[in-house]
Order: sequence, then C-alpha cells, then structure tokens
Amino acid sequence: MTDSLLPGGLGRRGFLAALGVGTVATVAACTSNEAPSSGSGANVAAAGGDNATPGAPVTIGFSAPAADHGWIAAIANNAKAQAEQYPDVTFAPVNPTNDVAQQIAAVETLINQKVDALVILPNDGSQLTSLGRRAMDADIPVINLDRIFDSPLAYRTWIGGDNYGMGVSAGTYIGERLRAANVTNPVIGEVAGIDNLPLTQERSKGFSDALASYGYAVGPRQAADFTAQGGQRVTANLLQAAPKLDALWNHDDDQGIGVLAAINQAGRNEFFMVGGAGSANAMRDIQADNTVLKATVTYSPTMASSAIALARLVAQNRGMSDLVEKEVPTSITLASATITKENVADYLPLGFES
Amino acid sequence: MNEPSPTSEARAPEAPEAHPPARPEPSRVVRLLFEGGIGRNMGLVAVLVLLAVVGVVTAPQTFPTASNLLTVLTSASIIGVLTVGVTFVIIGGGIDLSVGKVMALASVWATTVATQSFGALVMIFCALAVGVGAGLINGVLIAYGRIVPFIATLAMLISAQGLAELISGRRSQIVTDPVIAAIASTRILGIPLLVYIFAVVIAVGWVVLNRTTFGRRTFAIGGNPEAARLAGVDVRRHTVLLYVVSGLCCGIAAIMIASLTTTGSSTHGTLYELDAIAAVIIGGTLLTGGRGTLIGSILGVLVFTVITNLFVLNNLAIEVQNIAKGAIIVVAVLIQARARRSSTT
Repeated sequence: MTDSLLPGGLGRRGFLAALGVGTVATVAACTSNEAPSSGSGANVAAAGGDNATPGAPVTIGFSAPAADHGWIAAIANNAKAQAEQYPDVTFAPVNPTNDVAQQIAAVETLINQKVDALVILPNDGSQLTSLGRRAMDADIPVINLDRIFDSPLAYRTWIGGDNYGMGVSAGTYIGERLRAANVTNPVIGEVAGIDNLPLTQERSKGFSDALASYGYAVGPRQAADFTAQGGQRVTANLLQAAPKLDALWNHDDDQGIGVLAAINQAGRNEFFMVGGAGSANAMRDIQADNTVLKATVTYSPTMASSAIALARLVAQNRGMSDLVEKEVPTSITLASATITKENVADYLPLGFES
Repeated sequence: MNEPSPTSEARAPEAPEAHPPARPEPSRVVRLLFEGGIGRNMGLVAVLVLLAVVGVVTAPQTFPTASNLLTVLTSASIIGVLTVGVTFVIIGGGIDLSVGKVMALASVWATTVATQSFGALVMIFCALAVGVGAGLINGVLIAYGRIVPFIATLAMLISAQGLAELISGRRSQIVTDPVIAAIASTRILGIPLLVYIFAVVIAVGWVVLNRTTFGRRTFAIGGNPEAARLAGVDVRRHTVLLYVVSGLCCGIAAIMIASLTTTGSSTHGTLYELDAIAAVIIGGTLLTGGRGTLIGSILGVLVFTVITNLFVLNNLAIEVQNIAKGAIIVVAVLIQARARRSSTT
C-alpha cells in the first residue's frame, strides 16, 4: 500500500468527498479532549487501490437462470470471464436452469461443498430467499445479483440494475429531444417487456414520471415478451394504432430487433426510437445512424462481472480499495447510462450480443 | 404428395362424411366454396363480422383501413401456414404438437452463420429440409413405431426446442442475407409478399385436400382407418406423408418468421401449436378426424389475429385478450354445434 501513487480512479467528486470527510474528521478531532489516535486522523481511501493484488485463494459458486435471450447469456459469460481474470479465484458454476426447484437443488450442492462465496441470480427473488438465508447461515456470503431477495438477511451484498432509473433515462432523453424540437402534444409510444414483472412496471413508472416533468404523457403502450417475434407482432399493430408517432421507447434491445423490423416493414421513419439494455446490435445501429433507433438506455449485464469481483473481495475479507470502508458495501445499484451516437464508441465494448 | 392414379381414384373410398363432391364444375366452384367452407362456418363468419363492427366502432380512424387489413393478414400469415399443415394432420386423425418449435428449429438452422454464407436459396432449402425431416421422423414414429401422435409430437416439440437452443446458443441469430430480409418488406401491388405466400399455401392446400386422391384418402383414414385399409389405402404410408406436409408448412413458416423478425431464434413459435390447433377446432374440424375444412381453420386464425389487432388499436393490455380468445373458442364451437344440429334435423 503505497501513498506516493496518485489516486488514479479518484475523480474530482471523490477527491472533494474525501477532503470533506477529512475536514469533518479533523474538526471533530479538534473538539475532542481525548488523546489523538496514532493515525493521521483523516479517513481517506488508500490511493491507487490494492484490490488487484492476489489474496487468499477462494472458490466462488455461481448460479443463474438458463439463458433464454442475449442478456442472460451475457450474464453467464461475463461472470466466467471475470473469474478467469483472477489467479486466486476458482469458479464453480452450476448448471443453469429455469426451474426454481432445480436452482435450489443446484445451489445446495454448492453450500454443501462449502464454497467461499456465492453469486446468485435467482429465477425468482422471493422464491429463493430462504435459500439465500441457508447459505448465509452456513457462513457463506451471498452476492445477490439483480433480482433481489425479500430479506436483507439472505444476502451479504446486492448488486443490480436500476429499472426505474432506466425509464427515467429514456423519458429524459425523449423529453429533452422533443422539447428542443418544440413539439407540442407529442405522441409517445412504449413497447414494454412482460407486463406482470415488477421490473417492467418500474421501468414504465420511471418513463412516465420523467415524461410528466416535461408535460408529456405516454400514448399507445403495449407489452411484448422480450422476444424478437413478440416485438415484431406488437409493434406492427401499434404502428397501425398510431398513424403518426413522435417518439417510441422499447424496453429491451433483444425484442428491439423485431420492433425495428416491424418499423422498417411499415416504412415508417417520422419518429425516433430509444432502446433498452444496451445490446451490441442496438449500439451498432445507433453508430450507423441509418434507422430510427437513436439511443438506448443501459441495463448492463456487466453487473455479473462486478458481482464476481465483489464476491472475491468479500470472501477474502477485503473492502473496495477506492472506498474508505474496510468492507464491501451491502448494496450497489448500477446507473442507467444513455447511449447515443456521440458516446456509443465508448460503450460498444460493453455491448452484449443478442 | 399428389398421386395422379386414375384407377385408384376410381376405387378411392368415400369417407363417411367426406366432402365436397368429387367432380367440380367451374360454374359451381363459388357455390361449392360456400357450401364446403364458409357455409359450414357461419358461426365464425358471424364472429368475424362482430369483431369488425367492434373495430369500426371503437377505432374508426385506424381499424377500417387498407394498411390495417394488410397488417392483420401479415400477422396471420405465419400461424396461418402452420395451421394449414395442422388441418391436414387433424383431418387425418392425428395431432401435431410440434409445429411451433419445429418452425423455431428450422429458423435457427437456416440462419446460422454457416448457412447464411451460402446465400438465400440454401437458407430456404435448409429450412424446408429441417421441417420435412422433422415431419418425417414424427410420421415414421407414429405410423411404424406405433407411438400415439400426442406423445410422438410432444417429444418432437421438446427435442426441437432443445436442438434449436443448442445450435443458437440461446441467442437471436440476426438475418444478414439481404434476400431473406427483403421478403417481409417486399410488396407487390401494395400487398406484402408474405400475404401472397399465405394465399398460395391456402390455395394449394385447398386443392390437395378437396380435389385430389391424397385429400380423399386423408378424410378416409381420419374417419375410419380400418375401412380405409380394407379399401386398399396404405394407411401407414399416408400417415407419414401427412406429418411431412405439416413439417413442410413449418419450413415455409420458418423462412417467413425469419424474414419478419429478421432473426432466427429458439424463442420463435412458443405455444403456436396451441393457437393452430385452436384455430382448426373452432374452424369446425373434428379433433377425432375424418371431417373438417381448410377454410374454417383459416377463418379461425383470422379471428384470433383480429382480436390481437383490436386490443392493440384500443391500447388495451394483452392479458385480457387471452380471456377473450378463450371465450370466443367456446362461443364459436357452441354456435357451430347448434347450427349443425339444426341443419341435420
């Protein structure tokens, strides 16, 4: 741990925050009548970070649903690739399954093997909560990926995407763009994912809340099913319902292939479209700028890579070296970025294949 | 599949309720069509008219337009082609649960990077070959392996799904071939090419079912396989051919859906078999075989597609639509049962 290195990843905000913390600590120290501690008194993060240094060898168990579309496939691939980056990590994935009972059985074999940490993307957060508890009770820290367990006792750390924020990002992009174009009473369409999933409801709520701040509302709205086929079918009909559109948000880039196909087949181009999730295919379309797809808001499967990184630190009893705390935080929510033609080159390496 | 054999035609057994009459006259074709198809399906026609009225009332700006009609027909085209094949199988006394996933498998196989590198013709051939191959396996298992059709085609559904997932790695394979991608966006005289393909499949299916020995044999083995066998029909060979016809329809539908969605995917066609079977049943075809019409099946498909269209035009949630679909299946079958009783007494 060398203090001579400059804080590489520490931005201005981080620096100010550290400065603030330091100042408060110093001021607090001034009012104290106790003897000063042996340290400097300012609680700053170790500059440079030592998280990359190999620690004690650990085995990380991994369980996720079977891939039924590109996003889940990317989750499994990312987790495996991240684990391979670490010489001190043994990656122990179990067979992916879409059956809750089978996932429970598979994770129980990992608990019995006494792995050092578990990364679980449950098929259903509620139904696997008790499983998370059992692992935690067996002193195996659980990194809960994306679909959250019902009880905080069932996981050590949760990391996942921000569905509400994703809707806000899409609504903000559309709102800004329409306001800049001085459009009055715009017709804004929405092609959602599976409607009875909480994540879809959160996305739609974020979307309408953001639009409301511009005085706009969602017009024609239909739910597809995250498949290209569903996206095509729903959009072909939705375009008939709305002879003129100003903007369209599609929740998911996998079904977006079908949405875009329907738009092209109908020969419509009077509006612009925003995608969701951030697939490589959507990013290439945004970069080429020859379709109505002008932006996508991320819900990145890179969270699986980060979950493996967190599991390793937790298992080795280490904190995140750019933060002050000695432990990994209990909750990390990813920000939903808006990818447009201007910044797509930066994000293309993170895009997942549909 | 057509067997032009004058002697066998002369001896072709008349199925108990086969229709329509064997010798057509051009002047009577319209009347025959009415008697043989639409006339038998007054219940469905009434439901369609009712739905159209609901459409005109609730969405006067968007429902009664030419472009909306073409959207409905395009949406109906893929499941419609599958339904043609399923109609043959059910009239022949069988059932095919595998159509949706065989279509998915064919769409995946035809859109792998390797297949696409050979161009559109090879992709089309591949899709048709996969469909016919799956149908052949179904048929042989049922006719010669003596496996109940429900079980054999259920096994095919599951394994076709698995194979499609294995080949695609559970990803959507994007169609890069310009010819295949253009099929869905091509319009001739303002009508999408997919609608023409749908029409051709219906026309060929109608002629084969109603105007050929193959069609009469289908009714015969569906009505009474033992009588058909005694009358000299090779029931087992014919059964194999029926599943091949269904598989061929899956192959055609696979190319259509690959073009429409610009992807090949193992998620295509989920539960399409149930929609196709429901369309056949509300179209008046007996689930036990031996009696049925192709026109009725197509009307059934159109009813379902118009319902979807109506819900989207009125910005209603999809869940309610399934309740409406279920109710319409019951209502249509009730109306038909009543019409049939009143016409026979």
